[in-house]
Amino acid sequence: MAESWAWLVNQFEQTFITDNRWQYFAKGIVTTLEVTFLALILGVVIGVVIAVIRSAHDSQRGSKKGIGHVILAFFNAIAKLYLTVIRGTPSTVQLLIMWFIVFKWARDDMMVWVAAISFGINSGAYVAEIVRSGIMSIDLGQSEAGRSLGLNYTQTMGYIVIPQAIKNILPALGNELITLLKETSICGFIGLQDLTKGAMIVQSRTYAPFVPYLSIAVLYLALVLILSKLLSIFERRLRESDRR
Amino acid sequence: MIDVKNLEKSFGDHFVLKGINEHINKGEKVAVIGPSGSGKSTFLRCLNLLEQPTGGTITFEGVDITDPQNDINKMRTRMGMVFQQFNLFPHLSVKENIKLAPLKLKLMTKAEADKRALELLERVGLPDKADAYPKQLSGGQQQRIAIARALAMNPDVMLFDEPTSALDPEMVGEVLEIMKELADDGMTMVVVTHEMGFARSVATRILFMDEGVIAEQNEPEAFFTNPQNPRLREFLSKVL
Repeated sequence: MAESWAWLVNQFEQTFITDNRWQYFAKGIVTTLEVTFLALILGVVIGVVIAVIRSAHDSQRGSKKGIGHVILAFFNAIAKLYLTVIRGTPSTVQLLIMWFIVFKWARDDMMVWVAAISFGINSGAYVAEIVRSGIMSIDLGQSEAGRSLGLNYTQTMGYIVIPQAIKNILPALGNELITLLKETSICGFIGLQDLTKGAMIVQSRTYAPFVPYLSIAVLYLALVLILSKLLSIFERRLRESDRR
Repeated sequence: MIDVKNLEKSFGDHFVLKGINEHINKGEKVAVIGPSGSGKSTFLRCLNLLEQPTGGTITFEGVDITDPQNDINKMRTRMGMVFQQFNLFPHLSVKENIKLAPLKLKLMTKAEADKRALELLERVGLPDKADAYPKQLSGGQQQRIAIARALAMNPDVMLFDEPTSALDPEMVGEVLEIMKELADDGMTMVVVTHEMGFARSVATRILFMDEGVIAEQNEPEAFFTNPQNPRLREFLSKVL
């Protein structure tokens, strides 16, 4: 008993104390969160735009003539292609392509941004379908009321439909955020030192996997729990405004 | 004011409107009645292009609104619409519901829109509900707010799509009362309704629609006392 305790203390010391290795974990968490939140913002922006294009295309009725319909059909085709390619290929492969091919010229200090863009583009495809389901959940009468007042399609979406849709899809968006956070653990593939890569570096110095990997598992879990808590508080606030 | 020529509307191969010709003058209060499925709601919804007609033209104040060259959004600001299901915006307070379109379309300043909203709430008898949310209101109150919201744009014509059909019976009166006041103020109105009493006392002209055409029309007294069309006679015998 005493022996294994001593072993564990020794492992902890090697993992965190020696050569200030705790810094790999601390900086790793910062990088992981940076990539996650930048990607989240980009993903939501892309997702809303794609969802609005797709819904606009699907909801048009009557004659399909005119230049407006042609433009919409064009953007809808691009949106569909984007969804197919992004959801049909692994995010790791997308990340490698982004860093080694698309942003080949980028300096190493821009790696966080490239990773964020890659994950953002990836997440946007999933957010788009979530937002689209949210838009479809809003009664058609809402957009008819907006249009009858003279608001155009975009204004009706922006002021009337999307604000209500967001409330309905918040749980699904929260899920996407958590998935995104965990997915950034593949950042190491391009050499970005996120939390996972930090643990791998430490393990390569100590040759002892036990403490570093279990530690980051606990750290990821803690991050997810904190995020879930924040989300549920946010959600409850929105629901309260429903009961006013 | 509104001139409808050969209006046709089909959903796929289902013909709902089979060539309607109609002229609505400024100040008229036109009630549209008829059995369900006769196309009366579709006719009304075509007037502000919520339904895109598949044939014919609609001219509003001299502008052919069925011509894609003309900006329908601009035309709609002059045509208020009230829906069967009220369609208030649940995420906005009553006042915000009324102010949204005038503000976002930059037709009024914030102060003007505020003032107008309060005036309108006074007019529909709900001045104390400015900061309430739609869900806290009864159906009748919601419909009165919906009328105020449409009036906020200072429309030249008001379209009503069965405004009392979704209401509990004891709330029908309060909504009809507001509509009657509106009519007395000289508003041009087109009302699709099942309220025969309202049609008779408020309308200046009644249209009877059946199977996608206007089968008969007349001024209210003659319409009810001396119907010609056998389908109208049958309809009236069932609803009166």
